[in-house]
Amino acid sequence: MSILVDKNSKVIVQGITGRDGSFHTQQMLDYGTSVVGGVTPGKGNTKIHGVPVFNSVQEAVKKTAANTSVIYVPALYATDAIYEAAEAGISLVVCITEGIPTNDMLKIYNFLKKNHTRLIGPNCPGVITPEVTKVGIMPGQIHKKGNVGVVSRSGTLTYEVVWNLTLVNLGQSTCIGIGGDPIIGTNFIDTLELFEKDSQTEAVVLIGEIGGTDEEDAANFIKENMSKPVVAFIAGRTAPEGKRMGHAGAIISAGSGTAAEKIKAFQEIGVPVADSPAQLPVLVKNVLEKPKKKKKKVLSKK
Amino acid sequence: MKLHEYQAKEIFAKYGIPVPLGEMAATPQQASEIANKIGKPVMIKAQVHVGGRGKAGGIKKASNAWEANKIASQILGMEIKGLKVKKVLVTEQKQIKSEAYFGIIVDRKSKKPVIMASAFGGVDIEDIAKKTPDLIYKLEVDPIMGIFLFKARDLASKIYNDPAIAGKTANILMKLYRVFWENDCSLAEINPLVVTNENEVWALDAKIVLDDNGLIRHPELENLRDLDEEEKDEMEAKANGLSFVKMDGDIGCVVNGAGLAMATMDLVKHFGGNPANFLDVGGSSSPDKVVAALKIILKEPKVKAILFNIFGGITRCDDIANGIVTATQELKPRVPIVVRLVGTNEEKARKILEGIKMPTANSMEEVVKKAIELSRK
Repeated sequence: MSILVDKNSKVIVQGITGRDGSFHTQQMLDYGTSVVGGVTPGKGNTKIHGVPVFNSVQEAVKKTAANTSVIYVPALYATDAIYEAAEAGISLVVCITEGIPTNDMLKIYNFLKKNHTRLIGPNCPGVITPEVTKVGIMPGQIHKKGNVGVVSRSGTLTYEVVWNLTLVNLGQSTCIGIGGDPIIGTNFIDTLELFEKDSQTEAVVLIGEIGGTDEEDAANFIKENMSKPVVAFIAGRTAPEGKRMGHAGAIISAGSGTAAEKIKAFQEIGVPVADSPAQLPVLVKNVLEKPKKKKKKVLSKK
Repeated sequence: MKLHEYQAKEIFAKYGIPVPLGEMAATPQQASEIANKIGKPVMIKAQVHVGGRGKAGGIKKASNAWEANKIASQILGMEIKGLKVKKVLVTEQKQIKSEAYFGIIVDRKSKKPVIMASAFGGVDIEDIAKKTPDLIYKLEVDPIMGIFLFKARDLASKIYNDPAIAGKTANILMKLYRVFWENDCSLAEINPLVVTNENEVWALDAKIVLDDNGLIRHPELENLRDLDEEEKDEMEAKANGLSFVKMDGDIGCVVNGAGLAMATMDLVKHFGGNPANFLDVGGSSSPDKVVAALKIILKEPKVKAILFNIFGGITRCDDIANGIVTATQELKPRVPIVVRLVGTNEEKARKILEGIKMPTANSMEEVVKKAIELSRK
């Protein structure tokens, strides 16, 4: 199997007629993703790349039975799009949009907590199950089917890591970009929990960066709940305090959120941390060759 | 984006939070005029975007207009933590019986706005948080429902025994939350909130940090940006759609994606070099962005070599290569450049770079090592 997306994912694209939405719809179709529809209010009853466009998510779901949505709408309308997808009963929403005001995300996050919709992102590259389906903007051809799960707060850094894995024949089960914003729908722990349960995944690569304490929380979770091996990489060892490093969430504030703290948290529980992305495949091979730990009980959350 | 105290106080006042009379002055003459208008002893407070103004001698008392002029002339032009003081706030003095801390932040852990309160105001909250975290009271606010008065009153009662003062403070917290929420703040802080001998409650200091992502719907707040306080190169980069942070090393880095840009800097350090900057050229990068990026990096005389690390996804490698060609022709860089491009249209890019005999590398590690080597020649 895989996690989050598979051959049963029926995808709609919110913002399909925009520049990015239209381009990536074609890319997803080329990769084999089942894109069943698109939504742009006011542009219903047209087609783009052969995909029918609807005026609302509700209409799209009714006509196509879509269960997954990917959002390419501008920052000020993105939370509206997420809410619309959730209300229409979409179970997985992947929001690519960068620059959503934090207050909007606070509201949407707390709304989704009481709802059955899972949000990936925002400000993320999306999710791919190699050689099956991709829901997002990552270059498909660098991925290869296999048994390594990848989860990351970054975009291109994930491509770099995945490419390094593929080059040495370490294929991936599913790769998820959870997003570079301070408030995101799905965090490391949520994905680790899914990987632990997934029969295809045998090891996980976790790519973190400065800002917040999600990596430390992930380390705790791994210690308590994971039987599968995890290896990590943390970006931002050289980042100065108080400066936002590109991502809205990548900031060391008041000495908290440093790479050193995160690396320490992983090393303390025996999760190997790579010094360079190129080192990750070596670490993955090492952990895969080790005898397997006994399965731990996984806390069920969502 | 940070606001100055005087700007934050103007916003506070608009929402009905009691702030002492005061105005901003850019000259000693203006300072004395404002002091004259207030007609009472005043404080002269340096307006710079750093903490520790008091300790640095940037906050002083003046008992009349003549003194205000004298003190403003001392403070204006002084340097606080490397920033030159260009403005002062001239504001009414208050008798202080007690001072407390109140601040609202976005808490990444609970995913909610959190109001923090401490009976020890006037001190850096980060110091209190580190030394005595149990002296800070917290109130999580449900962002969908907003703040409730009874909860604000409950929090204020933890700081003040006197119910009348707790009640006044709760009202101020309701207003502070509106400031925070309606202006898309990542921080709205009153430190200190003071109680006077007459049991009046005043916000003696005000701090607002705005969420950069929220500015998109507040053009009026964007106008409050103080260009003197911002890093010039960072602003220039932003205007060109780049994300840039200056570092103090000698290897310039041009990378696409924030995570990869950080990892590239880390690798420079790992192999014994020092990065000169963080630079993310962003997604769909046009050749123009490459020219702008190189221009900014080359301004730093310390830079001895520049590396490109591009993983093409949305970014097309040939766009970057074309940018490099244009940039080398237009800017005639004084330092060597080494380029690593993989992903979308990589082949096309390689051919373009061959045309100008640009040194290339096949991997991230190789490009970093080569750049360090070139910087030492």
